Amino acid sequence: MAGNRHILPGALALILLAAFPLLPVPPFWITLANNIGLASLVAIGLVLLTGVGGLTSFGQAAFCGFGAYTTAVLTTAYGFSPWMTLPLSLAVGAAVAIPLGLMTVRLSGHYLPLGTIAWGLAIYYLFGRIELLGRYDGISAIPPLEIGSYRFLSGQSIFYVIWAFVILTALGAQNLLDSRVGRAIRALRGGSQAAEAFGINIERAKLTVFVFAAVVAALSGWLYAHMQRSINPTPFGLDMGITYMLMAVIGGAGYVWGAIFGASVVLILKETLQRVLPGLLDTTANFEMIVFGILLVGILQLSKEGLWPFVLKLLPRSRRSRQLAEPSSQLDKRDMPERGTPLLRIDKVRKQFGGLVAVNDVSFEIKAGEIVGLIGPNGAGKSTTFNLITGIASLSGGGVAYAGQTLSGLSPREIAKHGVARTFQHAKILPDMSVLENVALGAHLRGSAGVFRSILRLERKEEATLLTEAARQIERVGLGQYRDRPAGDLALGQIRILEIARALAADPTLLLLDEPAAGLRHGEKQELSNLLKKLRSEGVSVLLVEHDMGFVMGLVDNLVVLDFGTLIAQGKPQEVRKHPAVIAAYLGGVA
Amino acid sequence: MDATIATFLIQDGLTNGAIYALLGLAIVLVFAVTRVIFIPQGEFVAYGALTLAILDTGQVPATPKLLLCFGAVAFLLDLWSWRRSFAMRDLVKNIALNLGLPLAIYGAVLYLAPLQLPSFIRALIAVSIIAPMGLYVYRIAYRPLADASVLVLLITSVGVHLAMLGLGLIFFGPEGLRAAPLHDGSFTLGPLLVTAQSVLIYLMTILIMVGLYFFFEKTLLGKALRATAVNRLGAQLVGVRTQLTGSTAFVLAATIAAISGVLLGPITTIYYDTGFLIGLKGFVAAILGGMGSFPITAIAAIGVGMVESFASFFASNYKEIIVFGLIVPVLIWLSLGANHHEED
Repeated sequence: MAGNRHILPGALALILLAAFPLLPVPPFWITLANNIGLASLVAIGLVLLTGVGGLTSFGQAAFCGFGAYTTAVLTTAYGFSPWMTLPLSLAVGAAVAIPLGLMTVRLSGHYLPLGTIAWGLAIYYLFGRIELLGRYDGISAIPPLEIGSYRFLSGQSIFYVIWAFVILTALGAQNLLDSRVGRAIRALRGGSQAAEAFGINIERAKLTVFVFAAVVAALSGWLYAHMQRSINPTPFGLDMGITYMLMAVIGGAGYVWGAIFGASVVLILKETLQRVLPGLLDTTANFEMIVFGILLVGILQLSKEGLWPFVLKLLPRSRRSRQLAEPSSQLDKRDMPERGTPLLRIDKVRKQFGGLVAVNDVSFEIKAGEIVGLIGPNGAGKSTTFNLITGIASLSGGGVAYAGQTLSGLSPREIAKHGVARTFQHAKILPDMSVLENVALGAHLRGSAGVFRSILRLERKEEATLLTEAARQIERVGLGQYRDRPAGDLALGQIRILEIARALAADPTLLLLDEPAAGLRHGEKQELSNLLKKLRSEGVSVLLVEHDMGFVMGLVDNLVVLDFGTLIAQGKPQEVRKHPAVIAAYLGGVA
Repeated sequence: MDATIATFLIQDGLTNGAIYALLGLAIVLVFAVTRVIFIPQGEFVAYGALTLAILDTGQVPATPKLLLCFGAVAFLLDLWSWRRSFAMRDLVKNIALNLGLPLAIYGAVLYLAPLQLPSFIRALIAVSIIAPMGLYVYRIAYRPLADASVLVLLITSVGVHLAMLGLGLIFFGPEGLRAAPLHDGSFTLGPLLVTAQSVLIYLMTILIMVGLYFFFEKTLLGKALRATAVNRLGAQLVGVRTQLTGSTAFVLAATIAAISGVLLGPITTIYYDTGFLIGLKGFVAAILGGMGSFPITAIAAIGVGMVESFASFFASNYKEIIVFGLIVPVLIWLSLGANHHEED
């Protein structure tokens, strides 16, 4: 995130912004700047929703409408003061967003945008039909904002109010992204499995960002009502909803300040087109939509990151590594179970895909503080067994018990809470996030900060302990020099190690590693082996799937061998190695 | 409300529902094959209806010119994409498809438009102007993004919708037009007055559905489309050209949309932006069908038509709100049934 990198350009922009209304500019420019501010608010919400969270809404204009109509009705018909309606407008925005969000967060991505298109249209008609809302004529004579006896009547005066809200919202959004909750939101685009495996509630993260976007849109509507002092349904229709999306796309995915840039480009372009086009085409209808449509398609084709990254390149950037704040406290560590006590008990687990039995009544046990290897030829059902233990796949039969508690039937998220952490055979990391942030995702359950504390930066102490813990685990697995690099820069073997660090950040009692040594060089395997032995000495239990027999034999306490979903042998590595069924499975049957 | 009104409303709902069914099918088809959510479909409907209305007056509509422009842009894009590797044979094919075809259609329309041909021929001309647009729109807007996420494709669709809506406004103006019925007749069936136009709509809908069924079940191209729908990468690996299946899906969808427009044009006044609302009702049906099932989509579309028809009688002010509100219970239902997240 941009963070502290651009203090100088930021301060300069702020001074220019503050001085702008004082300059002898035509009033028309002030109005344009105010509109840009209002649109920026909505676009910031969309950047979080679409660019960061990977969800899309074309119905943001409708949320503006809810904010605007709430205050319009309350101030004109019921005599509320404008400031009193601010929390109410925002609350209405949120109250409308929550059920809509709940309906769509469990569905795959395209239902939300489709739903919001239908919803954006329906709400527009609804605003236009309700008597209380003045039908298509709308509501006029809305009082202006006041502080004491000062009334914000002129464009210049409300300019400061609008832009103060824009800057506060942008900073709040920035803070939110750079926090525990923000990491969960940013994890949404990387597929849900890894995030759920570390206890992140995907549906909740989706709902959070959807409601956030709706609330800032409602804020924009509230400001609009008091700036314009009269409203009608037109600016809250689907067309405007699409325009907001264009702003977010131009600004680029994931750039909070890009939203303001996108809003400026679109609105200035719209003004220009509305002046130039009628002359060219000889009529006065609004043809800017052709240009907007082509722009939308063109930008997506040329640069899916939008245009803001090009602007960022012009700004000075320092490659200074991130300074971690000194934590004031330590994270709680889980008590390790006593060595040798039964920890994980797999009892006749079974998984059937139609007629195919992938895992056939497999039973084994892991004791606390031991390393167990799960081996077998390709297709033996090793990864499926992993998925059954961690709740990613559902059991067809049998049960899994962990330290005396039943895990079967729990979601991956709930299983993670018990102290079970895992890596994936096909590494699931977030390539755009730094190594540090990826690992910090593993520590998600060890923090508790929520949205409000994150926006207001009241969770910095907790955040510092989480990041310090993540950094410690990165050092421990030997990736220290890559800490601030995007995780996507790492080599495949390093990504596997990164996944181990992420699992360790969860402070697990049981670590499940799916082919951790694949893609590692000899020396790296040696280091990994030492690390796992050290973990064992600390009381962590490990279950690992591995193909490298040399690696496994020197490391594990016990081996479990699967073939075609059936357990064919288990015991000490030396015994298993001589077991006839194992030799047959690996070398082919001896006739 | 008495029986006469009820039967009238049912007939009305059935007629509109049949159109929504066609559109819903085209949406599901395009989505399955290309993962594109085909929002600009409504514009194809409006273009079809308005082109027919102008042909009815004996004038030359502007859409053939637009087709020429689309073809030219596609041609230039192809040239640009060959800047590193170039083959003479491709160029000939490209010129024939992107420049020759629109020119031929343009010439034919110039010649045929003033001849006062029978209405069926006019409808056929209108469809053949609009249908190839699907090819060029796919080439220009979607093909460069073929591997993008559903979300990016959806935003692209909204962009295409905006651009085509604006072009519609330029070419047809803000006034609505109504085409002449393809067939004037009508007959009574018990208490019902049935117009030939509505019978034509039912027949065409059934014909297209049967046609699609045979296309998907019996032809190699249809099977290639189904293969692409099931697994894009897998289809590519066994030699299916997904660009070809993509263009085919778009041409089919554009044809279906243009036919819908031609059928709808004579029974209601069409404005440049009417198509979008009509297309969205096809969407409501497609969502009801889970964006995947042809039969459920068709049945749902009839349901949408019925709801709309009765809503316009009982609560005409809230007609659109009720129709679009229909997807709310569907989303809830789908959501309760969803037990896994998609990994994409």
